[in-house]
Amino acid sequence: MSRAPHSLLSLQDVHTHVGAYHILHGVNLEVPAGQLTMLLGRNGAGKTSTLRTIMGLWSASRGEIRFDGQAITRLATPEIAQRCDIAYVPENMGIFGDLTVRENLLLAARRAHSIEQMDTQRLDWLFQLFPALKKFWLYPAGKLSGGQKQMLAIARAMVEPRRLLLIDEPSKGLAPAIVLNLVEALRELKRSGGTTVLLVEQNFMVAKALGDRVAVMDDGRIVHSGAMAALAADEGLQQRLLGLSLAAHQ
Amino acid sequence: MSTQKSIAPAAPPASPEPGAAVPQARFDWIPLALLAGLAVLALPLIGSPGSWATLTLAGLAMGLIIFIIASGLTLVFGLMDVLNFGHGVFIALGAFMAATVLGALGGWVASPSLALNLLAVGLAAAVGMAVAGGVGLAFERVLVRPVYGMHLKQILITMGGMIIGEELIKVIWGAQLTPLPPPEGLRGALLLPGDVAVEKLRLLAAVVGLLVFAGLLLLLNRTKLGLLIRAGVQDREMVESLGYRIRRLFVAVFVGGSALAGLGGVLWGLYQQGVTPQIGAQVNTLIFIVIIIGGLGSTLGCFVGALLVGLMANYTGFLAPKVALFSNIGLMVAILLWRPQGLYPVTSR
Repeated sequence: MSRAPHSLLSLQDVHTHVGAYHILHGVNLEVPAGQLTMLLGRNGAGKTSTLRTIMGLWSASRGEIRFDGQAITRLATPEIAQRCDIAYVPENMGIFGDLTVRENLLLAARRAHSIEQMDTQRLDWLFQLFPALKKFWLYPAGKLSGGQKQMLAIARAMVEPRRLLLIDEPSKGLAPAIVLNLVEALRELKRSGGTTVLLVEQNFMVAKALGDRVAVMDDGRIVHSGAMAALAADEGLQQRLLGLSLAAHQ
Repeated sequence: MSTQKSIAPAAPPASPEPGAAVPQARFDWIPLALLAGLAVLALPLIGSPGSWATLTLAGLAMGLIIFIIASGLTLVFGLMDVLNFGHGVFIALGAFMAATVLGALGGWVASPSLALNLLAVGLAAAVGMAVAGGVGLAFERVLVRPVYGMHLKQILITMGGMIIGEELIKVIWGAQLTPLPPPEGLRGALLLPGDVAVEKLRLLAAVVGLLVFAGLLLLLNRTKLGLLIRAGVQDREMVESLGYRIRRLFVAVFVGGSALAGLGGVLWGLYQQGVTPQIGAQVNTLIFIVIIIGGLGSTLGCFVGALLVGLMANYTGFLAPKVALFSNIGLMVAILLWRPQGLYPVTSR
């Protein structure tokens, strides 16, 4: 009998206020170690706010966030990123447009002070996943296409091994071919093992293709959590939780 | 701890193949052409090539001093969106420290030895930078930190800080003009062929300005610290999400910018041959014109903007002295009509 993986990240009754707005209304979420958890939900359900709150970009007004058993609720963003070894890809990708692809990747490599100190094997692995990054190595990131920027954003999160990746809607606004490329890259990351991922996604096909676990949000709360395979097999549940119809799947 | 150690097979070097066509960004030469165009346009208006060359060199030297002063301010704004209208107080501190140090080193200043003269100026610059940097640290802690993200309050509190600074300077050094004669070996001008005169002091200022520019370019483009500053100017939230403490970086830039303003104050005071407590307020307008022309947060833009302002001030000072100040405001308006974000806009702003 296999033991259930322990929760690397755990949110307990987390509330977030932004100005006068009460955004998260008591989020309870467990992210098992070594698995890819999808965070789904309609627009405005609170998915992005949850990631921002985990990263400390918005502070939780109530509740507790724990990483590997340690409370991180009151830590500042840089401490959370460093101490917990988290990589975060925001919805807007957070690319430094005036910096080259090379400089963007160097900044994400916390252990390297210069390009020579970066892990060349890992870089080469990233170039295999995203060949465009090698081609545009010395090109300002701001001049890349939307898909290439998203590839750079994901590559930046993968440039060094991290314990947890938080990725916010990587497929948003991208052509299907680019989305397939990103899905392949994330599959490769899963195959390599060791990394835990919490991935926000609107595209249910992407979620089905990648997710081990799923949590569904609505109105600032988690309204469902379980195995991705169970949700994928239950169209009625999908319809109820996400408003998905069979047509949406096809 | 991650277990991801051997995900990739043995691989060739990770940089693109030598000789492969690697797309690179084209450098935007147009602002530099504008600089050259302004100089060329002034030549027929001034008439005498000798006078034109003298004014051009004087304008470039003045521009380089303004660049030293403004470079820190543009990074401070770019990094943390802080509008520091009190930057002038660091200029005044630098200039007054120069008057004090050079006054105390009277023997070296009056010596015919250029080496001793330069040593005296170097010491004055070091003290001016240290004092301005130290006061900058306190200024950031006490006045700027409580008003992050609040532009109106930043304007009010930093202007208030400058007024208090000016009054304290009056208490220490008095309200009158304090003379700041250049050292013996830096007085007068070098005569070049074609009746071109270059004041020695301006030459020194130009050399220092170019060294500061080269140093900043090296820092910003060749070091990880510089990359962080440039990245922070574009998206400070993302820099923090990558695990870097941008507040510390900002304090370092604020102190560095204040020290550079102190250095600029030393040179500006020597250039004016005297210091008043209002020296900072007088230069403040020019440096804000420069950072707006250049594109807020852009070091290269600040450099080109400062040279444009220096040239324009000298040409119009010669051709039509009554419109000298207006000319720089006119220049700013014209550039903003052409490029609303400045000459070298920071793309994410």
